[in-house]
Amino acid sequence: MRFIWFNLMPWPDLPDDFREKYRSVWVDIPSALYDPVRGHEVYNTYLDQLEFAESVGYDGLGVNEHHANAYGLMPSPGLMAAALARRTSQAALVVLGSSIALYDPPIRVAEEFAMLDVISGGRLVAGFPVGTSMDTNYAYGRVPALLRERYAEAHELIRRAWAAEEPFVFNGRYTKLRYANCWPKPIQKPHPPIFIPGGGSIETWDFCIENDYNYSYLSFFGYLRARRLMEGYWQRVAEMGKDDSPYRATFAQIICVAETDAEAERLYGPHVSYFFNRCLHVFPGFADAPGYRTIKTIQSEFLNQLTRPQLGLAASLSWGELIERGYIVAGSPETVRQRMEELIKTLRVGNIICGIHVGNMPPEKTRYSTELFAKKVMPQLKGIWKDWDNDERFWIHPLAERVVPGSAVAEAAT
Amino acid sequence: MTVGSYLLDVAGGRRKIRVFEAGDGRPLVFLHSAGGITEDNPFLAALARRWHVFTPLLPGYGDSEGAEGLRDMLDVTLHSFDVVDALGLDRPILVGHSMGAMIAAEMAAVAPREVERLGLIAPAGLWLDDHPIPDLFSKLPHELPALLFHDPAFGERMMTAGADFDDPKFLEAFIIRNTRQLAMAGKLLFPIPDRGLAERLYRIRAKTMLIWGESDRVIPPAYGDAFCRGIAGAELVRIPAAGHMVIVEQPEAVVAALARLQ
Repeated sequence: MRFIWFNLMPWPDLPDDFREKYRSVWVDIPSALYDPVRGHEVYNTYLDQLEFAESVGYDGLGVNEHHANAYGLMPSPGLMAAALARRTSQAALVVLGSSIALYDPPIRVAEEFAMLDVISGGRLVAGFPVGTSMDTNYAYGRVPALLRERYAEAHELIRRAWAAEEPFVFNGRYTKLRYANCWPKPIQKPHPPIFIPGGGSIETWDFCIENDYNYSYLSFFGYLRARRLMEGYWQRVAEMGKDDSPYRATFAQIICVAETDAEAERLYGPHVSYFFNRCLHVFPGFADAPGYRTIKTIQSEFLNQLTRPQLGLAASLSWGELIERGYIVAGSPETVRQRMEELIKTLRVGNIICGIHVGNMPPEKTRYSTELFAKKVMPQLKGIWKDWDNDERFWIHPLAERVVPGSAVAEAAT
Repeated sequence: MTVGSYLLDVAGGRRKIRVFEAGDGRPLVFLHSAGGITEDNPFLAALARRWHVFTPLLPGYGDSEGAEGLRDMLDVTLHSFDVVDALGLDRPILVGHSMGAMIAAEMAAVAPREVERLGLIAPAGLWLDDHPIPDLFSKLPHELPALLFHDPAFGERMMTAGADFDDPKFLEAFIIRNTRQLAMAGKLLFPIPDRGLAERLYRIRAKTMLIWGESDRVIPPAYGDAFCRGIAGAELVRIPAAGHMVIVEQPEAVVAALARLQ
């Protein structure tokens, strides 16, 4: 088992009457609500938390990309990963990822990911999300019906740019490069492990399975709702004649650990409520620009896991109901261990993205929960997929000998 | 009088589209808006009392196929000429509403000798910073009648006639139809309905009627003046008690204005 510590980096100061006064946390939320001086503190606190997570033994540190979004303040995930590359030394840098259909030309992503892999000594996990409709269509203006074609072309360009030893001509529909030539190139060969974050578009499955990419199901609505979807994924893996290594799959889960179940509710309840009430307050008109989803996905039953009522529903649930429905895994280390074991086994996932910082959780509580999970829960879950622990296909391969950042400065000073 | 609905091979079988045909007389091709059109629309009947009307459905609408090959304005413009060819028509009167009028205007600008008579009903295609066009793609269904119609109550009755949103089967069919249609429309209209037409308007040679509902809240009447300035000799008719859906609210007045193209 591998555990990735992840923070959406929400804005922690959305007002109490946010739901009443504003229609959406995303796309058209006024940026007057953002205070850059407070932001200085917030970013650095969040980056400290990621560094702390490495120090207590998490396998990976996760960052992702959102735009015009007050619950996800990482428009450029590569910048966050770069900050972490120099201040961490062991953990995988899981960039989930760069929305490759948003960059012109998308070889920019091949270059930036290569830079991160080289700086970190081969610790990059490269995520290639399509991106949400809010990010890609509404905030970044991409034509919904052309987004997936653009994505496929960008993916092809990046893979070819990493593999090529010589400049090549790339004559795509959206990108035309006479001299496609990626300098630098990644350390990890043939390429860094690739994770594909999916919200439930079933086309994504075949793409992941064909390419041996990790399918990362990102949902805020917990493992119980995810079960049917993941069963569909594993069925497809079998149909396509692939092995069922659990490392083919990643699941994101909100996790809150305290000494007792009661303490967990007392400590984390308000922050979980902030997340479900304010951070997920998205105007339904932005959820799905027409053409963003394929007809095939709309016809599949999975869409109803993702659509509007769920967002509203989560906001009205009590702490007990959130736990019961699996939206959050919360309680004492033993409670959390039991639920996580059930989650890991029923979804058959080798990686957990641990959403331990939630909503407006302050640093001391975040540290407490992060450490309790690492010390009292993780060790008991580590061996669940013992039979597959030699499966190295879906994880990083860092250099054995890596430069210590700052060593040249230290040397000069002595 | 010809009345019919049939599938038509376009561009040597590359696309297959649905066409409604009705009426007698001089041929007129009507290009529908982003909301699509059904055969029983009273506006088509009103047109058919005067002209031989051909209403092709754009791929993505109804059972018209081939949307995946139409990605941008030029693709759709040339497709629409392919449709005229496939119908065996020679320089028909070309009329469009909203998105359809944007396509018709592009056709007239791209091939000015092929379009002699042009009716543009509340066309999309221009953008004026002082008169922003609302983002229809993010609107919820219940927000639409007040935007689209002069009389929102009438609009709501029109838009929900025969609809049963409590029936999951109806709802799924509705969502799929809406998605297919607006996915196609988005290629011309998303995120801003401007594909550079302003720079090509000067090429239009057709005798042009511009027709606008006085209370159009989607493409405000100021756009009528902008089109009028851009197209030499164009005539602008404003129709009272009508919004963006002027063809539904005042079909006879629209037909009367179009009759001036004769």
